[in-house]
Amino acid sequence: MSDTKIKIFNLHKAFGRKVVLSGVDLEIKKGESLVVIGGSGTGKSVLIKCIQGLLTPDSGSIMVDDQEVVGIKEEDKELLHSKMGMLFQGGALFDSLSVWENVAFDLLENRGMNKKDAKNEAIRVLRSVGLAPDVADLSPSELSGGMQKRVGLARAIASKPEIIFFDEPTTGLDPIMSDVINDLIIESVKGLGATALTITHDMTSARKIADRVAMLYKGKIVWQGTVKEMDKTDNPYVRQFINGCSQGPIKVEV
Amino acid sequence: MFLKHIENFLRRQGKPLVKFFSGLGEFSLFVAQSVYNCFTPPVYWKNLWRQIIDMGFYSLPVVGLTTIFAGMVIALQSYSGFMRFGAEGAVASVVLISVTRELAPVLSALMVAGRIGAAMAAEIGTMRVTEQIDALVTLSTNPFKYLVTPRIWAGLIVMPLLVLLGDIIGIFGGYVVGVYKLGFNPANYINSTIQNLQAIDITTGLVKAAVFGFIISVMGCYNGYKSKGGAQGVGTATTNAVVSASILILIFNYVITELFFSK
Repeated sequence: MSDTKIKIFNLHKAFGRKVVLSGVDLEIKKGESLVVIGGSGTGKSVLIKCIQGLLTPDSGSIMVDDQEVVGIKEEDKELLHSKMGMLFQGGALFDSLSVWENVAFDLLENRGMNKKDAKNEAIRVLRSVGLAPDVADLSPSELSGGMQKRVGLARAIASKPEIIFFDEPTTGLDPIMSDVINDLIIESVKGLGATALTITHDMTSARKIADRVAMLYKGKIVWQGTVKEMDKTDNPYVRQFINGCSQGPIKVEV
Repeated sequence: MFLKHIENFLRRQGKPLVKFFSGLGEFSLFVAQSVYNCFTPPVYWKNLWRQIIDMGFYSLPVVGLTTIFAGMVIALQSYSGFMRFGAEGAVASVVLISVTRELAPVLSALMVAGRIGAAMAAEIGTMRVTEQIDALVTLSTNPFKYLVTPRIWAGLIVMPLLVLLGDIIGIFGGYVVGVYKLGFNPANYINSTIQNLQAIDITTGLVKAAVFGFIISVMGCYNGYKSKGGAQGVGTATTNAVVSASILILIFNYVITELFFSK
């Protein structure tokens, strides 16, 4: 048994003529927190959607626990997804369900847990992300942005996944709330011993939650290393990105 | 130079054509996948129940009003029309046949398409653009089984029931106008209705209703499921769901009638 959790090899994906990923190679170790940074529209979201099987790549290979995800059968997808949790950028909470039903969704619908136990478990998980039990019966639309993120996080970790994806977890939050969410991410990932893959362009957040950082540009990983290495590297792409300069090798397409 | 023109011309025609056929293929796949998922477990009973209540119970006032006025106007029209050749006596059976075969199924389906087809497209469309459908997948839940299948079953179950009720209400509407406005003898009117009652009139109406229910749900779900690009995309999906369902209902109404009655 290797200690590689996810291994991506030569991944390609295009939408019509627009090439988004053109040969991504990436390896994520078990229990590691990898942050993929890159500008808007560089294919970060497409990358995690490919790993989850939400999008089918054009070519290449993605191995999760030494099992091929590309071309996976519909029946095997549910098993794959039961290992994974995801915090969506906009929360993606089900607005027809209450907060606790959102958090306990997998437990109720797929694991056949009874209502009472599921609710107790949901309240426990909500508490672990710093939400009071009386939030449980509210509807997601009654919550603030920061609270929605917390509920989304609670839903992602409720079924104790081995891999958690975070899609721009701090986008749209104020700096203090961002830091709170970052702390919660670190806590819950470490608490579960899970492998985490985060995509973000928020460098404060990346520095805080990353064991390792990889930079995606023009459909390829142009650099990867630890946070310390990131600050010392003379890679021009990384330098330009972390310093936020408009001048440099990265051309913003307007 | 001339060839260039032809090439450009073909290219202009080709693009929409390819788009049309790829859309048709996508739609066929969607329908096939929906039907397949209708017959494989698991079933989300809670969602099915919610759809049945939404589509059935809350459509009762609309269907009731539509069919009662349809029955009433048919009684009035056929009376004044048939008076020209002295066939006023046929009013009861004309009401019976037109309500059960045509008016109740078609008008109810069009009303439900506007009410429920639109709601389905809007709800599923919003779930698509806010990534809730992706979230379902990541929570190991098949969105077809969770969202589409319950709506299709609800359409198949609820529409025939609504139409059966619409039949009764429509015939009652005809009776009210016949007896209280046109002066028919109540006993004679009821008698003539019962004597002309044939199973085939009712059953074709109910077969139509089930097909229309399927059309409403599939068009609502398909347009919602494929919507993209935020609020505007959801708006377009809603419009398309209602328009396409209405047109398909009218087309299939003719096709089914042809199948049953053309001899």
